[in-house]
Amino acid sequence: MTTPDAGGTAAVPPAGATPHAPKTGPHRAGPRKSVTGTRRTIAVLFLLPALVLLGALVLYPIGYSVGRSFFDKAGDFSGFDNYETMFSDDGIRTAVKNNAIWLVAAPALTTALGLIFAVLTERVRWGTAFKLVIFMPMVISMLAAGIIFRLVYESDPDRGVANALWVGVHDTFAESSGFPQGHPGARSPLEGAGGGAFITKEPVRAGEPVVLPLTGVPPDLMPDDAASAKPAAAEPGKVTGTAWQDFTRGKGRGQVNAPDAAEFGYPGIKIEAVKDGEVVASTKAASDGTFTLPEEADGALLRYPADNFREPYNGVDWLGPTLITPAIIGSYIWMWAGFAMVLIAAGLASVPRELLEAARVDGANEWQVFRRVTVPLLAPVLAVVVVTLMINVMKIFDLVFVIPPGSSKDEANVLAVQLYNSAFGDRDAGVASAIAVLLFLLVIPVMLFNLRRMRREGRR
Amino acid sequence: MAATAAVSALVLGLGACGGDDSDDKGNGKDGGGGKESAATVQLPKLDGEKVSVAAVWGGSERKVFLEVLDEFEKRTGAEVSFVPAQDPIISFLESKVAGGQPPDVAMLPQVGAIEQAVANKWAKPVGPEAQKELDKNYAQGWQKLGAVDGKQYGVYFKAANKSLVWYNTAVFDNAGVEEPKTWDEFMQTAQTVYDSGVTPLSVAGAEAWTLTDWFENIYLSQAGPQKYDQLAKHEIKWTDPSVEKALTTLGGLFGKKGFIADNALQTEFPASVKQTFTGGDQPKAGMVFEGDMVSLSISETKAKVGTDAKVFPFPAVGDGPPAVVGGDAAVALKDSKGAQALLTYFASPDAARIWAQAGGFVSPNKGLDLKAYPNDVQRGIADDLIKAGDDIRYDMSDQAPQSFGGTPGKGEWKALQDFLKNPKNVAGTQRTLEDAAAKAYKKS
Repeated sequence: MTTPDAGGTAAVPPAGATPHAPKTGPHRAGPRKSVTGTRRTIAVLFLLPALVLLGALVLYPIGYSVGRSFFDKAGDFSGFDNYETMFSDDGIRTAVKNNAIWLVAAPALTTALGLIFAVLTERVRWGTAFKLVIFMPMVISMLAAGIIFRLVYESDPDRGVANALWVGVHDTFAESSGFPQGHPGARSPLEGAGGGAFITKEPVRAGEPVVLPLTGVPPDLMPDDAASAKPAAAEPGKVTGTAWQDFTRGKGRGQVNAPDAAEFGYPGIKIEAVKDGEVVASTKAASDGTFTLPEEADGALLRYPADNFREPYNGVDWLGPTLITPAIIGSYIWMWAGFAMVLIAAGLASVPRELLEAARVDGANEWQVFRRVTVPLLAPVLAVVVVTLMINVMKIFDLVFVIPPGSSKDEANVLAVQLYNSAFGDRDAGVASAIAVLLFLLVIPVMLFNLRRMRREGRR
Repeated sequence: MAATAAVSALVLGLGACGGDDSDDKGNGKDGGGGKESAATVQLPKLDGEKVSVAAVWGGSERKVFLEVLDEFEKRTGAEVSFVPAQDPIISFLESKVAGGQPPDVAMLPQVGAIEQAVANKWAKPVGPEAQKELDKNYAQGWQKLGAVDGKQYGVYFKAANKSLVWYNTAVFDNAGVEEPKTWDEFMQTAQTVYDSGVTPLSVAGAEAWTLTDWFENIYLSQAGPQKYDQLAKHEIKWTDPSVEKALTTLGGLFGKKGFIADNALQTEFPASVKQTFTGGDQPKAGMVFEGDMVSLSISETKAKVGTDAKVFPFPAVGDGPPAVVGGDAAVALKDSKGAQALLTYFASPDAARIWAQAGGFVSPNKGLDLKAYPNDVQRGIADDLIKAGDDIRYDMSDQAPQSFGGTPGKGEWKALQDFLKNPKNVAGTQRTLEDAAAKAYKKS
């Protein structure tokens, strides 16, 4: 961290560095010698390899990219056209927006989590083991981590662990129903009643058996006690009927709107009798699908309420367009929280214990000690972590390249990925260079901040 | 005839000297095949000459292709080397040409690639012998696909029929339905399958090329080949009423509740096939649409093509069923005798037979006896393709500039994915498509 300072001293002796130098300098020799007494030519000679490398590998490419950004795809001069394209292209605008989200959210959350882990592991007996586990994801390459999280976020709860957890929690509170996907077939006496409920088109009469056929319940999801459907017997003064799956495997509908022996009843399905919007009676079907309603149901419409057909909950669409960026940031935090933790833990180790003890003796509780003593003392370390992560996040590529499926690649776009796409997908080196320049300009403030901080620290 | 046999025996011996295990196996097989059917094409003697072929094929495809090349070596005495290329093959060839070492022949997987190769002045026209074979064995439609500005450059060796719907026979049996012929029948079939408790269709929405193929099949059948060609060249706009009609038809399917398997937008192509052919009586979907390469993904499941998995031609939305095709064309990049001989060979039924027997291959060569295919499904696909004759149309998105028709998250791909999410938005989709197309076609 002190290299820039050392370099500075070697090249130009700063006034206040060594108070004796100005006095002794003129006595010793002419202007060709530096403080350490090396001749300038020799200094240059020794610096040359490094300078050549730096120039060839860093400065020249920067200059070339800046130049290239003023030429179009074919290599003809085009002024600021590439920059215009860059700011008018929707894809690139999303990329800029996403980079901003990343820049704000990822380093802050990672550092916060790292701080919590560092402070907690200090007090746990198995702290080192815990740290090891948290740090482990750092060892995995970004690409592999991306593939892992692609699977973690998979929307099928049988494959994606994130949704498996989510669905598990959800289903303990709201069970899915027994008849998902049930719906009236063609020429059915039922029609949709809004909100997923189905209702008879005609009012029912007591003494005339009713048929309430549905189709589409997957056979493997049918209740186990389903038995072969039977037509209901007419009972005077009562509304009777059958609720069943009007579909015979291998034969299509069979006899339409009439229960066949090969078809199954809907045991336990709820049926309501509705008059003028009011439920006057309700019942559940038996295992052969037959049901009986009291006399009040005479002249009412029969309805299957919507909760019969609630679809199994499928969890959250992590990789969908709306959640994709937060989801990728989540995987980034998983990787880098360990890095933050290790740096902060090292800083924590050098915090003088007396200060913490003193605060406790003065009557501060643990929260106050953490908030008023530990965090301020750690501020320089926290700054290093945040800035390092910021630079890291600015050029984020791998995770964003790997995790999103094709349908949400656009919404997950960031500058580095866009740069790659423009350069190697569209083969437009001009626009790609313009993006590179933009990225460079964005990194500069963070770099300056970092340099100033280093210099300040060096002075201390 | 005797002379040829002697030469081939000689070459067989030579090959065995330098060949490794797999080489020997290939030779044995080919030898058998050669005896059964007499050669239909006369190839020149090219002893000692070296011919190189570049293709992107890998895995089992490369293995069979090498067998095809072995037979050529045997007949001509030339030494053929296979150059493994990467996608996009045009960029690969660019570096080879720049390096001064282009392969003699390249297998180009897109119509656009042939045009680019001609525009870059790499491609060499087909010679008279190869042209003779082409005239004998290829329908005009297939010849035209390999021609640029009236000059023949490409010889289509391997074809892809992209107008197929694959179905799980158990699902169709349980629902008691037959293969549909028209779009209305298709929708009815889907409804009955849905009534039986199985989601009718699996759509690979994560890979938008499957969505462009959906659109192309409907459009070709509904609006006709002429409009199809115009739209492919962007001579009519995407805001055209014919596009609206096709999108409305497609939206009627995509937007129907319960017709499309869950999470279509995140289903990759192989997964879309696998979920259709796993799960016994209760798979996640009953049908899946795509070209003959579906059989490759089916082979990774327990289902057997021909018994558990069958196929019917894409239903006719308009007057007749569509025939959207793709394919790999051989193009000569050097003016060598070997390159021309190889093109002649590729245009002959002899070369096609070797791969057809191995499976996973459909030839546009009408001279090839359909008996060569290993099963009824492959035979049916090939038969449909040959019967379609000159009405075949090349995949539209493959003809479009890459930034419109072939970039994930952009252009047509993105627009159709958004359409799958919101199938009611026909007008909005058309506008997005037209905006993207206008930009992409202007640039190229």
